[in-house]
Amino acid sequence: MKGHNDAEHLFRLVAVFAAGIVIFLALRGSLVPRSFGQYGPYRGDALGEIASRPISYAGYQVCETCHSDVSELKHTGKHAHVNCEACHGPLAKHADDPASVVPVKPDPAKLCVRCHEANQAKPRSFPQIVAAEHAGDVNCRQCHRPHHPDFGSGAGK
Amino acid sequence: MSLTRRKFIFLLPAAAVAWKYVLAGTPESAPNYQTTKHWWGMLMDLTRCIGCGNCVRACQAENGVPDGYFRTWVERYHVADWHMENPRVDSPDGGKSGFPGALGAGGKNFFVPKMCNHCVDSPCTQVCPVGATFESQDGVVLVDPKYCLGCRYCVQACPYGCRYLHPEREVADKCSLCYHRITKGLLTACTENCPTGARQLADLKNPADPIHEYLKTHGVQVLKPHLATGSKVFYNGLDGSVR
Amino acid sequence: MGVDGFMYPNEVELQWSVLIVLYPYLTGLVAGAFILASLERVFRVEAVKPTYRLSLLTALAFLLVAPLPLQLHLGHPERSFEMYLTPHRSSAMAMFGFVYLWYLMAVLVVEIWLEYRRDIVLLSQSTQGWRRLFYRTLTLGSTNISERALQIDEKVGWVVTIVGIPSAFLLHGYVGFIFGSVKANPWWSTPLMPVVFLFSAIVSGIAAVLLIYMITSALRHRETDMRCLDSIARYLFYAFIIDFSLEMLDLIHRIYEADESFRSLDFMVHTRLFFSQIVVQILMGTVVPLALLALTQVVKLVPAARRSIYGCASLLTLVGIFAMRWNVVIGGQLFSKSFLGYTTYKMGFVAREGLLTAIVLSLLPLAILAILLKLLPPWSEHTA
Repeated sequence: MKGHNDAEHLFRLVAVFAAGIVIFLALRGSLVPRSFGQYGPYRGDALGEIASRPISYAGYQVCETCHSDVSELKHTGKHAHVNCEACHGPLAKHADDPASVVPVKPDPAKLCVRCHEANQAKPRSFPQIVAAEHAGDVNCRQCHRPHHPDFGSGAGK
Repeated sequence: MSLTRRKFIFLLPAAAVAWKYVLAGTPESAPNYQTTKHWWGMLMDLTRCIGCGNCVRACQAENGVPDGYFRTWVERYHVADWHMENPRVDSPDGGKSGFPGALGAGGKNFFVPKMCNHCVDSPCTQVCPVGATFESQDGVVLVDPKYCLGCRYCVQACPYGCRYLHPEREVADKCSLCYHRITKGLLTACTENCPTGARQLADLKNPADPIHEYLKTHGVQVLKPHLATGSKVFYNGLDGSVR
Repeated sequence: MGVDGFMYPNEVELQWSVLIVLYPYLTGLVAGAFILASLERVFRVEAVKPTYRLSLLTALAFLLVAPLPLQLHLGHPERSFEMYLTPHRSSAMAMFGFVYLWYLMAVLVVEIWLEYRRDIVLLSQSTQGWRRLFYRTLTLGSTNISERALQIDEKVGWVVTIVGIPSAFLLHGYVGFIFGSVKANPWWSTPLMPVVFLFSAIVSGIAAVLLIYMITSALRHRETDMRCLDSIARYLFYAFIIDFSLEMLDLIHRIYEADESFRSLDFMVHTRLFFSQIVVQILMGTVVPLALLALTQVVKLVPAARRSIYGCASLLTLVGIFAMRWNVVIGGQLFSKSFLGYTTYKMGFVAREGLLTAIVLSLLPLAILAILLKLLPPWSEHTA
């Protein structure tokens, strides 16, 4: 059929495109991750992967299970709501195996001023001092117990 | 009404379970956690923030955030008199080592911690071309580092500047609301380490969560409300000068 | 550090580099060149016929290179195919991947194939060696170049061009939308962005073809068809007026409304962006070419003078439109979203996203075009 022959090259073109689309769809089936679309337009496995990342801070409840004496003291003072690791640093490793990691006692001279050095942007009601005027070079622990900083005198736990 | 950590009674049974799962360095999943039962948000009480930078340091320690990049940071504001449109602001190293000196004499001065707002209508999720960033069913906007192309469209689309490109992994990164912790009943690293209770994790689907009472009794705001992002980080005492 | 005032800590480093400036520039040239080609095909503007095939090949050369700056920019280029596997339908960038593919394959390649089919068949019979193999593959096995077959090609080509015009609009309008839809960035966020991008693309594409036509004619020691050149220059002039009006509209609107971002953006334009925006884009790249082209429209000049003016105007236009892309992409990242500060763009030279890479990628399409001109000559020996 002459009409058909004269357009035959167009059919070949369409066939090439169709083949391309078929190959793409076939590839897509094998390349898209299995869990994609499980919960939404993303890889479902990602949730589990993210949730399984390692933990560095144990959390105050864990500390309290062993160090109940300290936590009882703390709960009666002004630092009641300052969690253990806020001063002692991340200690999940210690909580998991206490002997393997021995926490280093933080130095009050550097630690306390981080929060309590006076700054005009801090809320007025927050206890703040100019360390140099307040204590000179006397260490904070000479007068304040870190776990119960309101008086209470003397150094100690 | 102050928000005390004692009120997180719901966390104690979870803590017992959590302790078993606290195996640093050994990944564990959380089989008892159901995403549909939670809707996570955060409360920032600006009347309490002292700019100590504990949250920034804790986030870095917990999540391995590279130096010079920030999943959370603290800004210091200095507002002179009524000049709300030109505050003086700084955030030295994100507030990681505190804030030396002062931004100006007198005026109104305060700190503003910032983080990913885990928006309900998140513009970063909208623009991701491949679905590498997404909103989980419990309301946390997350990044899938195995799928991300590193095109940085999401970084451009975030109005709050909370995203960055991880310099080594070359994928987008941002606050994950410590998803690996909250799914185990733990607090986010920043909430855990905030000494004044300025940052509080909130589960908006939990009727016992103190956030509901707090929202009823305080005037709270979100950042850039005119952009209608559905931000779930609620600020108490957010001054109009905050950008 | 390069930071003035306050920026959110994560904003200090620019995310989108000169390569992301180059990308809309290259796709813009494609769209513009194609629109010029379609003037002849669809609107029967006989005068521009000498540049018809040249426009198509120019478009193809630039379109082939366009994905390269994107690939070099990605943190994980090996994952870029994910955009085709799991496109996120709400993402303009993802959808653009399909617009690009559609335009390349279903419009440009098909149109070029149909236009050149007769030549391809003849060349497949007259050449030897690997060239013969190349042309034979392109024929797809069909050697029918009868009158009827060519008539069918003509008709189908016409339909493809008709479809191609909105496709070209979509191609570059989409790039504008990728920026214009970002509500977080007030320098980008405007409904005018796709329109501005499109018209500046048309302007740059027409200017590019005009220059390439003049240069290739000179290299072939052939006279340029003045009627063709005059025609192209006229279309360049009209497109430029529309483009300039749109940019002025955006500017006036911003100045008048003066929303919260205005003071910050205004300061940025007067300082960090002064040279690239005021001097290069507006003065050198728009006002001067417009004035030159206007001159040729109102004063009767000899052909040599007109040629010089056209060449000069086209070159300035190309520089100006590049500056426009620069000002949008880089400018949009120089100011803080807090509107309280500015940063600087540190562009490397020999780096993955450095200036040298950008220069190489800008010249690469010309190299590809040179090859295409050899493989698919737009001209027979007798025509200009």
